[in-house]
Amino acid sequence: MEFEVQDHEIDILLQDLMESYGYDFTDYSRASLKRRINRLYSLDKFSSFVLFRQRIKTDSTYFRRFVEEITVNVTEMFRDPLFYKTIREEVLPVLATHPFIRIWHAGCSTGEEVYSMAILLHEAGLLKKSLLYATDINPDVLDRLRKGIFPLRFIKQYSENYIQSGGKQDFSSYYTAKYDWAKFDEKLAAKMVVATHNLVSDRSFNEFQLILCRNVLIYFDRNLQDKALQLFDESLDTLGFLALGAKENIKYSPIYRKYKQLDNKERIWRKIA
Amino acid sequence: MAENSITQAIQLIAIGGSAGSLDVILKLVPALNPRLPAAIIIITHRKASSEEILVDLLNAKSTWPVREAEEKDTIAPHTIYIAPTDYHLLIEQDHSFSLDVSEKVNYSRPSIDITFESAAEVYGPAVLGILLSGANADGVEGLRHIKTRGGLCLVQDPDTADVDYMPRQAVQQVKIDKVLPADQLAGYINSLFDTQQK
Ligand SMILES: C[S@@+](CC[C@H](N)C(=O)[O-])C[C@H]1O[C@@H](n2cnc3c(N)ncnc32)[C@H](O)[C@@H]1O
Repeated sequence: MEFEVQDHEIDILLQDLMESYGYDFTDYSRASLKRRINRLYSLDKFSSFVLFRQRIKTDSTYFRRFVEEITVNVTEMFRDPLFYKTIREEVLPVLATHPFIRIWHAGCSTGEEVYSMAILLHEAGLLKKSLLYATDINPDVLDRLRKGIFPLRFIKQYSENYIQSGGKQDFSSYYTAKYDWAKFDEKLAAKMVVATHNLVSDRSFNEFQLILCRNVLIYFDRNLQDKALQLFDESLDTLGFLALGAKENIKYSPIYRKYKQLDNKERIWRKIA
Repeated sequence: MAENSITQAIQLIAIGGSAGSLDVILKLVPALNPRLPAAIIIITHRKASSEEILVDLLNAKSTWPVREAEEKDTIAPHTIYIAPTDYHLLIEQDHSFSLDVSEKVNYSRPSIDITFESAAEVYGPAVLGILLSGANADGVEGLRHIKTRGGLCLVQDPDTADVDYMPRQAVQQVKIDKVLPADQLAGYINSLFDTQQK
């Protein structure tokens, strides 16, 4: 793919998005943004930048497609099984001591991560006293999360991940398969609070004992990462846990000195101050 | 850099490989001149979390510092970076790394094409792209980009590759500067830098 949309044109698009829709992508990592924008440009067979720009500015349905395509929504259940094993073995036993558990999944995409967490809570006997806040910038992925229906072709991988994460139940007891889809048990979804939330512009809205924000910060530049981490810090109880993606780190952020990473080096930090 | 050198000084060597490339990499890297002033990025298709193994293997065999590429790391000369598994690796204009978990490309994440294209965008003629043994065509498009932007392309001779599909596609589809048997790759790379310094 030869890049058709050039850097200065991307600046123009990002400016438009702010003016027309109030979405600010200017502090996203540029290389990935540029690739996604160009991918969409060729996928939708635009013949000129002018037409592309016009379409995004004037057609709000297309704008939603644009957001969905340039933000990456790829996700999995029990992605990085050892991460979930650590949640099971080291985080949930601590959360169990609370009368009431609040967890925030920021940038949860279509919700595979949230359903995975609900399964862990269920198995630990904690689901009844938990609430899982599932937020994302993109309303369309949240619609899919609410349905709790995921493609059946991924279930084999998910059930292997589940077992590696220390799961002992029969994974198929959590969903009913129908045609090409697996519909997850509604008792899992019953504890989810779903809402749009933009990490660039929205504020802290509650206090949590555990915040997960996985594979979202890699798309942000360092300033925006710091800003998001600040927001998580404001939203986390003392002695609460902050969990990031496998390749994300808080070590360059100002909040770092208040946190201690778990000993096994999974990307989970505990707020100690 | 000398004004009379034919090629612009190479700052980045991007190596891509898939099935059958590990041995080649483990022989090539230690044979490189330990004082080459370029950075090396290695993108291979591997099982999840085996990047640590590759980092360790190369660290044991080479005098160069070897590490996994981390997001926001600035690329430093004379350092070897290994692309982490399960993420695409891109390069920003300021020469720092970005990671991306989007869809696989050519059934692969990391995709060699994505890193090669990104390297070509940012480093232009200062990239040397190398494609080794492998069973799919990931990397071929990337070499085309490197070529278009004035970089140099080197491919392992398909007849000496464990799995010849990937290098053969490259040779058939892109105007490759040099096709060499595995054991001559390192010597050729070293010689490129000799002429640069003249
Ligand atoms: C790659 S997915 C990660 C999904 C899941 N957390 C995981 O690790 O598998 C990234 C998600 O971040 C969301 N996102 C991107 N920018 C955001 C922002 N400014 N605020 C909230 N969510 C955002 C995207 O819509 C996308 O669903």
